[in-house]
Amino acid sequence: MAIELRDIHKHFGRVRANDGIDLRVRPGTIHGILGENGAGKSTLMKVLAGFIPKTGGTILMDGREVDYADPAGASALGIGMLYQDPLDFPTLSVLENFMAGRAAGLGLKADAYREGLRKICAGLGFSLNPDSPAGRLTVGERQQLELARLLAAGTRVLILDEPTTGISALQKETLFSALRTLAADGRSVILVSHKIEDIEALCDEITVLREGRVAGSMGRPFDTRALLGMMFGAEPTVTMRSGHVPGAQVLHLDDVTAPGGRTGLAGCTVSVSRGEVIGLAGLEGSGQDVFLRVASGLIRPSRGRVHISRRDMTGRGYHEFRSLGVAFQPASRLEEGLVRGLTITEHCALQEPGGPFLVRWDSAEREARERIAKFQVVGTPDSPVESLSGGNQQRLLLSFLPGEPELLLLENPTRGLDMESVHWVWEHLDAYASQGTAIVFSSSELDEILMAADRVLVFFDGRIIKDERPEDTDAMDLGRAIAGKV
Amino acid sequence: MAGTPKAKERTPGAALSRAAVLPEIALSLVVVFGFTTLVLILAGAPPLASYGQIIKGSLGSWSKITHVIKVWIPLTLAASGLLYTFRIGLWNIGVEGQVMMGAILATAVLRMGAGAGNGQLYLSAALLAGMAGGAVWAILAGYLKTRGGVHEIFAGLGLNFVAQGLVLWLIFGPWKQPGIASMSGTETLAESLWMPYLQGLRISPAALGMTLTAIVLTAYMLGSTRFGLYLKAIGSNERAAFLFGLRPQAVMILAMVCAGGFAGLAGGFQVTGVYHRLIPAISSGYGYLALLVVMLANFNVWVTPLVAFFFACLNVGGIQLPMVLQLDSSLSGVIQGTLVIATLAVHALRTRMKKRGTA
Repeated sequence: MAIELRDIHKHFGRVRANDGIDLRVRPGTIHGILGENGAGKSTLMKVLAGFIPKTGGTILMDGREVDYADPAGASALGIGMLYQDPLDFPTLSVLENFMAGRAAGLGLKADAYREGLRKICAGLGFSLNPDSPAGRLTVGERQQLELARLLAAGTRVLILDEPTTGISALQKETLFSALRTLAADGRSVILVSHKIEDIEALCDEITVLREGRVAGSMGRPFDTRALLGMMFGAEPTVTMRSGHVPGAQVLHLDDVTAPGGRTGLAGCTVSVSRGEVIGLAGLEGSGQDVFLRVASGLIRPSRGRVHISRRDMTGRGYHEFRSLGVAFQPASRLEEGLVRGLTITEHCALQEPGGPFLVRWDSAEREARERIAKFQVVGTPDSPVESLSGGNQQRLLLSFLPGEPELLLLENPTRGLDMESVHWVWEHLDAYASQGTAIVFSSSELDEILMAADRVLVFFDGRIIKDERPEDTDAMDLGRAIAGKV
Repeated sequence: MAGTPKAKERTPGAALSRAAVLPEIALSLVVVFGFTTLVLILAGAPPLASYGQIIKGSLGSWSKITHVIKVWIPLTLAASGLLYTFRIGLWNIGVEGQVMMGAILATAVLRMGAGAGNGQLYLSAALLAGMAGGAVWAILAGYLKTRGGVHEIFAGLGLNFVAQGLVLWLIFGPWKQPGIASMSGTETLAESLWMPYLQGLRISPAALGMTLTAIVLTAYMLGSTRFGLYLKAIGSNERAAFLFGLRPQAVMILAMVCAGGFAGLAGGFQVTGVYHRLIPAISSGYGYLALLVVMLANFNVWVTPLVAFFFACLNVGGIQLPMVLQLDSSLSGVIQGTLVIATLAVHALRTRMKKRGTA
């Protein structure tokens, strides 16, 4: 089945996630879609799978224009998507999951389905026990189950979103050989990933997306350097920070392994000293989020030790870390950072440490006015925080940072901000650094990390695979590490 | 204080201006009376006469009105307590059991005071014990939630059954009337252990005063204290509140204590001021009803007592129906139920239209 996408647009408000994408997938091939976070890969695939409606453009199958509004419409046409988190019912058995959505009529005819499942599994080299509950399967096995279900439903165009995240090496091999078998049968397979190695190993053709557009495409043999160039664009012009002189140790992680996020954190050993600014690079969810939460006491490590200012804080809670001058700010401003429904004044009142029984509304309001003026927030003390723009919410959050913290842990502090706001944020953070505060921040912008950090840590699959000073590296080098190549 | 009071009374997700609330209430009332009238017609009863009976039966005379107030007191107390738990985002459905535990502990104290001379002292102690009983029952649900991960609805519901079982066991077991155990409850207490009441009107001014105080106190706690701000912050975003350094679980327990305390006091009044003994239906479903009252009042402190009064009228007025019109008195229950469902539906409709308007 040949698939052609013409001038696909998907806009979320002012954001153009897909901005005129053309893509052609030949039948019987495996086509890779490569790109950074936010390049528009997942959006494009969700459009193709009918999961979200497109803003504009046409989809052609075997040269015929098709139109559908939901996943059911797409699957009727033979388009099926394997999502990053497989969509299954954990309490049902493998067989029941396999039958879900397909068994019609009153009698379930389970035996027929059992035989169908066995055949598919045998053909693709999957080993699934039809009677074990889906909730007990590994991610790789859940994927196999979902794949079997899609095939039984007559899927001829198979989309896989980051299928190699969280599965074992053996399962990856099984998956790849299954995909090759399926392509050889004449099905079209589209593989979305940020892992350049996987894409190169499996695909016949690669299309690279950047900032919602097609940055280029390539057939075999692949040129890794050229692909990375398409992924990350031209090398940025970099202004380095002035060299940092290491001071006393503020944070020390010793062989820390911790659960959480998509990948967890594995065997991480890092020291951070006073006044140091450290940028965490890597695809989103590669362990940076867990790192920041371990360092702030929000996640307790399952192994290893955490020291703050040379005190062993392993197993202590967030409030104790906080009292040692550790401040954490999450990426999701309205979900975790601010309290929706509360005004700026109420936020100020909330933070008066150990305040009196009665709220002093007048002083809280004065405080709010001061912060609004100092941090140039567009809003009034009475503004509910959700009415502020993203940039102003970020300014407000920064205004809530304590005066002289030892360690600032910031998750994507400039995400979604315009250039002017980014600049403003860093001016503010630099002032913290020069007074001796250590800053650890994550960012998906390599330019920002190279510009602002004294040191870069690159995360891949829950591990730190690169620890470098910006002057010893460049965007290309980091890009390679982000994609898993050191 | 300037600029903040109006923000303080807003509940999450329900930021409605006063002007927008009125058409909503009107629409709900139309839906409710449309539906109830339909039910009445289907039942073969004259709708207007039925409504007339409810009004006459609740507000027709001074003695009817005092009867309404007797219902209003526990209903408002339980509802005031629920304002704390709703504010922090907890569904304290266990309020019913908390009323019963309040009644049990109050009765226990009064039984000790039987025959003793100092009635006033025992009465005060009984009310305090009632508050403690409700609070303990609420803390249990709170700990099940914060420590055990049991949803407060299930914890509360379970504890309600336990409390009801305890009431029945006491009435038919240890506290049974001499000679016979009876559904009519325990032995009636000596009159020295009754809440003092106005001759002829049979309502206790002390209970009325304490209920009014409870409303004002709740408004003050929610609006002006740090505790109230914490409740609101945690109820709106527990995660962010935690990151700001608050301890959401501890505050949740405190909110449960407040809710349980008020509910327990309501139970205490049922024993000391209304029935003067422990009866099987001591809570009369006022806990569950209070949940509806608070939701209908859109979680507003000042609207809550008004809605409670309206519900009390329906309850008392409904008693007349079987005698006069051969209708079941549960008609008032139908009205109350549809009222809440209609309000929620109209509210959902409005939010949805608003969302569509901005999209």
